[in-house]
Amino acid sequence: MRRLRSLPPLRLLVPCLLIAGFAAIPLVVIVYYCFDVGWAVVEPLVFRPLIGELLANTILLCATTTTCCLTAGVALAWLVERTNLPGRGVWLALLASPLAIPAFVNSYAWISLAPELHGLWAATMITTLSYYPFVLLPVAAALRGLDPALEETGRSLGLGPARMWVRVVLPQLRPAMLGGSLLVALHLLAEFGAIEQLRYATFATAIIAQYESTFASTAANALAAVLIACCLLFITLEVLTRGRARTARLGSGAARAATPIRLGRLTAPAVAVPLTVVVLAVGVPVYSVTHWLGYTGAAGFDPSALLPVLATTAKLAALAAAVTVAAGFPLAWLSVRHRSLMTTVLERSTYLASAVPGVVVGLALVTVSIRYARPLYQTTILVVAAYVMLFLPRAMVNLRSAIGQAPPVLEEASRGLGQSAFATFRRVVVPLTAPGVLSAAALVSLAVTTELTATILLAPTGTHTLATEFWSAAAEIDYPAAAPYAVCMIVLSLPSAYLLLRQSVRGVTR
Amino acid sequence: MSITYTLTRRRALAALLTIPVAALAACGSTDTDSGAPAPTGSSAPVLDRNATLTLYNAQHDTLTKAWVEAFTAKTGIKVEIRQGSDLTMANQLAAEGASSPADVFLTENSPAMSLVENAGLFAQVDKATLAQVPAEYSPSTGNWVGIAARSTVLAYNPTKVTEAELPKSIMDLQDPKWSGKFGAAPKGADFQAIVSAMLELKGEAATKTWLAALKTGGQAHTGNSAAMKAVNAGTSTTAVIYHYYWYGDQAKTKENSNNVKLHFFGGQDPGAFVSVSGGGVLKSSKHPAEAQALLQYITGKDGQKLLADSTAFEYCVGKDVPSNPALKPLAELGAPKVDPSKLNSKKVVDLMTAAGLI
Repeated sequence: MRRLRSLPPLRLLVPCLLIAGFAAIPLVVIVYYCFDVGWAVVEPLVFRPLIGELLANTILLCATTTTCCLTAGVALAWLVERTNLPGRGVWLALLASPLAIPAFVNSYAWISLAPELHGLWAATMITTLSYYPFVLLPVAAALRGLDPALEETGRSLGLGPARMWVRVVLPQLRPAMLGGSLLVALHLLAEFGAIEQLRYATFATAIIAQYESTFASTAANALAAVLIACCLLFITLEVLTRGRARTARLGSGAARAATPIRLGRLTAPAVAVPLTVVVLAVGVPVYSVTHWLGYTGAAGFDPSALLPVLATTAKLAALAAAVTVAAGFPLAWLSVRHRSLMTTVLERSTYLASAVPGVVVGLALVTVSIRYARPLYQTTILVVAAYVMLFLPRAMVNLRSAIGQAPPVLEEASRGLGQSAFATFRRVVVPLTAPGVLSAAALVSLAVTTELTATILLAPTGTHTLATEFWSAAAEIDYPAAAPYAVCMIVLSLPSAYLLLRQSVRGVTR
Repeated sequence: MSITYTLTRRRALAALLTIPVAALAACGSTDTDSGAPAPTGSSAPVLDRNATLTLYNAQHDTLTKAWVEAFTAKTGIKVEIRQGSDLTMANQLAAEGASSPADVFLTENSPAMSLVENAGLFAQVDKATLAQVPAEYSPSTGNWVGIAARSTVLAYNPTKVTEAELPKSIMDLQDPKWSGKFGAAPKGADFQAIVSAMLELKGEAATKTWLAALKTGGQAHTGNSAAMKAVNAGTSTTAVIYHYYWYGDQAKTKENSNNVKLHFFGGQDPGAFVSVSGGGVLKSSKHPAEAQALLQYITGKDGQKLLADSTAFEYCVGKDVPSNPALKPLAELGAPKVDPSKLNSKKVVDLMTAAGLI
């Protein structure tokens, strides 16, 4: 009976299949290329020492950075949410602010302060400083939403503080930690700008290098295929470790807030922890950008040059965010409300294209659109389509949790009271999921603001975005000329970072 | 709700709109074929001042903007610039094939030009334009023309190595005594152009050995600027780069090149290779005459003078136009003679792949 009820209706399934099929276009192109040239050509390109090096490097970096992000994210979230740390609200906002600083700006800033930085540990440090908020925010929200009654019960049953964490708190945080880690790992697989400066080779940097070499697109496609296999591995891992445990609160009324732990004499060292993180993650890039600006002063800010670029970027980011969320919503709905192996696979298939760098998706779309959709070539529609393919999963993580937190019983009640399906959607589903939908849109627009390669390949000729202008100046090592664009990227990212923060502060309590 | 829906609807709409347009275009061309007499005698075609050219540009952004602005002021022809990097754009042009919206392609190095040329996508450059540039800076095929040049140099940190200790040839860097003390940016068009010159001048075996030495004893930087910064910071002793990175930084903040000096190998060494930046007109261009006019302007006196006065610090290749006076003169570089169209970049990529560099 339950099985029958959970079978998705066709009017939901068909659009979802179309969206997933659309998101899979780059994959089809890559696989087609690999088959087209034949195994004899692909095999020596895949099974060679360099691929082993890249595989080790990529997996190592994902492991170290994800571990560091988890540690930093959970520890900071605990400090802010569960202790009497002075200025808790301000700290959470400050700790979330690296979201507004593009990872490659952070990397450029560190490199100009410490040019000797290179290799795995430098890459781990810089990517951790950029990405830990992806773990911090959901974990902070989960901690805030936890019912202290569970811990009180645990204590009354004789659990010490350490075992309490392991047996009661951590299992409750698991979905938030896993969701955050998956976001970090997906970012890392495709991250190029932040890592290439650090002389650390991953699949993403190697693929870009291949496209920068003549006649090498076969090798690039072979690399991309291996990268997609990596992504497949991560997604499977996340699904396997997520488990089937229910984490929503049972019982009536609102949960009480947990009593904060008194830090006492430990207050000073406790304040030093978030302070250090903020100085490293925000202070350094802000200092470097200000330093570069110092060379040009006010003259560097030519509003007639900056404003059109800012407007173009904002327009593309808003458009892509809206379309991505619209495309992601039915898929997320399907995977949450009609959970089965088939719907999970369908939803997760959209993650694969996002693991490859923009240039792979970009060139795949060049090939497809020039042959089958010539009028769309190098139009805004095409570049937005590429953004959707690249950033759908980032929206999906938030959409899924937003839909998961909206109890189906409310919709049933609304229908039971005679409201139409549309009215129920508008009056029940939209208000309940709006915060999560906004967070999803915020994550996508953050990503679009800094996207470079797909933009270069697919945007209408003459399109200048903040990222293209930053790179074209940075490539000529003209940091003073690049700095105003970095400032604009940060300014444009602030509202998105604020949205994500607010969503986390609201937490899961409702 | 879904983008697929939007796409299909737009496509259908676009298809509907295209049919009458295509029909009109067909009528138009029939008219010209049968009716209007073809211009005879005069060699210079009349330029359509209302045309808008699409320029795929991998050259320095600021330099090309300056060229285009001056060209538009002179001819009234508008040019839209699409900015990218050498080989990504060349790969894009190859993927676009005959449907490319591009009229003109400008690069920093010749291998990207060869890629497009080998795909059969370039039209012949006008004789008059080719005549503005010495033959050594254009391929013997005449399918594209040199527009600027850059010299290979060894950037070194004088606190780490003295001038007297520097190698005489780029080939000497494979000597164990330089192990850990030299670097390059193997990814990207710049370095691959240098290696293709080495291959042409020294042969496959020597190039293979040298690349193996780079893999084991050299530092692989992510770009020429990163390489120069590493030398400046003292984390690398020397690095093979192009000359203009140093001049460009010296003209700005100097913060990336204050502790860097340039060593010119000279003596027709592969390390003295001068790489040619090229310009070509696409066969599929809808405005071939205007596209040729742009190339003619860039390689002509005015265009080359503009390059000399710019902050690009690249060499002028136009006849009788002196380069930026800050630079060591092109004639004194002792560059080896290499036909740009003889550079075998496919082989170079294979060798570099085999060496594990890319």
